[in-house]
Amino acid sequence: MSLLRVEQMTHWFGGLRAVYNYNLTIEPGQIQGLIGPNGAGKTTVFNLITGRYKPTEGHIFLNGHEITGLPPYKIASQGIGRTFQNLRLWRHMTVLDHVKLAHYSRIRYGLIGAFFGTPQRHREEAEIESKSHELLELVGIRHLADQIVINLPYGAQRRVEMARALAVEPKILFLDEPTAGMNPEEMMDMMNIIRQVHEELGLAIFLIEHRMKVVMDLCQKIQTLVFGEVIAEGTPEEIRNNPKVIDAYLGEEVEA
Amino acid sequence: MGVRNTLKLWWSRLRGALAQAPLLGWLLGALLAVVVELLVGAPLAQGLGMSKIPALFGLTLMLENPALIPSAIAYVLLIYLLPVCLVAWLTTPLANRVAARLLRFPLGVSVVIHLALLYATLHLWSGVSLYRYDVLRYTLIAIMVTLSLNVVNGYMGEFSCSHPGFMALGAYTASVFTVVLFVQDNRFGPPLLPPALGPFTFPIALILGGLVAALSALLVAIPSFRTRGDYLAVISLAFMFIIKSLFENLEVVGGARGLGNQPDWATLPVVFLCTVACIWIINNFVRSTLGKAMNAVRDGELAADAMTVNTRQTKMVAFLFAAFWAGVAGGLLAHVTRYVNPGTFDLKKLAEVLAMVYFGGLNSVVGSVVGATTYNLLSESLRPLQDFKWIIIPVLLILVMVFRPTGLIAFKDFDIKTLLEPKGKR
Repeated sequence: MSLLRVEQMTHWFGGLRAVYNYNLTIEPGQIQGLIGPNGAGKTTVFNLITGRYKPTEGHIFLNGHEITGLPPYKIASQGIGRTFQNLRLWRHMTVLDHVKLAHYSRIRYGLIGAFFGTPQRHREEAEIESKSHELLELVGIRHLADQIVINLPYGAQRRVEMARALAVEPKILFLDEPTAGMNPEEMMDMMNIIRQVHEELGLAIFLIEHRMKVVMDLCQKIQTLVFGEVIAEGTPEEIRNNPKVIDAYLGEEVEA
Repeated sequence: MGVRNTLKLWWSRLRGALAQAPLLGWLLGALLAVVVELLVGAPLAQGLGMSKIPALFGLTLMLENPALIPSAIAYVLLIYLLPVCLVAWLTTPLANRVAARLLRFPLGVSVVIHLALLYATLHLWSGVSLYRYDVLRYTLIAIMVTLSLNVVNGYMGEFSCSHPGFMALGAYTASVFTVVLFVQDNRFGPPLLPPALGPFTFPIALILGGLVAALSALLVAIPSFRTRGDYLAVISLAFMFIIKSLFENLEVVGGARGLGNQPDWATLPVVFLCTVACIWIINNFVRSTLGKAMNAVRDGELAADAMTVNTRQTKMVAFLFAAFWAGVAGGLLAHVTRYVNPGTFDLKKLAEVLAMVYFGGLNSVVGSVVGATTYNLLSESLRPLQDFKWIIIPVLLILVMVFRPTGLIAFKDFDIKTLLEPKGKR
């Protein structure tokens, strides 16, 4: 059984057809890429699957359970972690608090624990804290745990987002342009982190990316989205040589 | 030049020495200061040409009679500043050792001892005059209200205006409970239960008031938390006015004339304990991961949602929780003044509470305590200026907004253990 399956998903924003007849299958542990020119609807696909928008038509299954139309926090706690294209960090919170908070759905101490500081709360908070430190270690920013996020350099902020998405304990990770705005060195670091996460945690990854190098290196399968429709699907090699893709997307970038 | 440098040196030495003193030392100093005041305060005040002990650190006296400025300053120096600093300094090694020893027991032991010292100080200080006693109780209640509003406006970043309404609901609920059940009253007739039982049921009255406030908060929360934006501000403001006119027209509880005859149960220990409970519980909440979800909702709701946070529930809980404490504070207030009328809970009250929150600092327990205390003491001290008071306080507020837009002490975690720890090298 596939981990994530999207069947014939279509979405309209009023009179604008943003996504049309979109299908997707991701197997456990697979890395799949989604590319396409600006405004093709890539992020909309993410937002539809993660529950921010409700698809006009179509069905989404995670682990065989239908998740279409569930609120985002429920979908997230069923195993989809995500990062955002433009960082969406919480500007007044520390790095550690970011990662701790993403464990929200695992908290069992309830309001009584929150109000009165019961032993159960201290136990759970300590557990979450040590797990968070491990994740920060994994993405290489453990030493920044007590910093307020807005004081951090961009690369580190990206890593915070990554650690936070992992703290959801996902089965599949959605990365929306994880290397956007990075210099080549930071980009290589981020690719290493993605590989590491993939190997150590055995996660499936669904990736939107603009940089061909990243997509071609990381992904086993790639979809190309143009005006909300998938025009090509296949291995990096197949995508690279597909004339439609070159026409719609790659050709332009080479010229520019 | 020489003199100035020497002074500077001494000043930095003094500050260095005092920075080593733990909270325990300061509390001991404060306790000694109020004892000194009790013993020699009155003769000293007369010796300095004042008719009686300055009620609130002399500011009122200075404004009433500028000729007394030197005496008032001398009094504050001799009675408060000198003993406090002296004791804090002299007991530094001892107090540090005791504080360290105490922390080996469960934290509760340390907390109780510090609180006992604080209470003793406040008790003795407020024993000097009825005026002080009242100001102190109002200030403690203001701390509760401020802190509870800070949960919504600071920690959660929404703008709520309904706190006076919640206070009114709490005040009336608690008053009706105590007056109907335990007091011989013209309106409600003889007590239904033996009055001797009364004081023991006072917590129930307060909690009931809080619960009614929290329940009514649902009316505001359900429509306004469907989306983000200014809806809450508008709806909560409307709610405040609705509650006010509700009580103005509810003849059963006295209408616009108000409701009196509350029993005198909101004594200093009761108010003090309620304030401590309020601070403790709110601080617990905002420091838990469940409570931090409020900050995430404030700083980025989309991301919070994607990180499994149930944002709607978070907002509801925070709002109801804040309303509960406003209700409890309202109940206490009614039993301190022993009279409530709808006029108390108007726009002016709202402005005051908002001022205390934004003055003290958003997202900060200490900020709220400081904000409420400063505002109340200032507002009392400036009484002789009459209407000019309402120029000076807003100007101060504007200055704070200009130079520290989020308030005096904003975005600080309040950690009890750090507060009680011994200071300096260990």
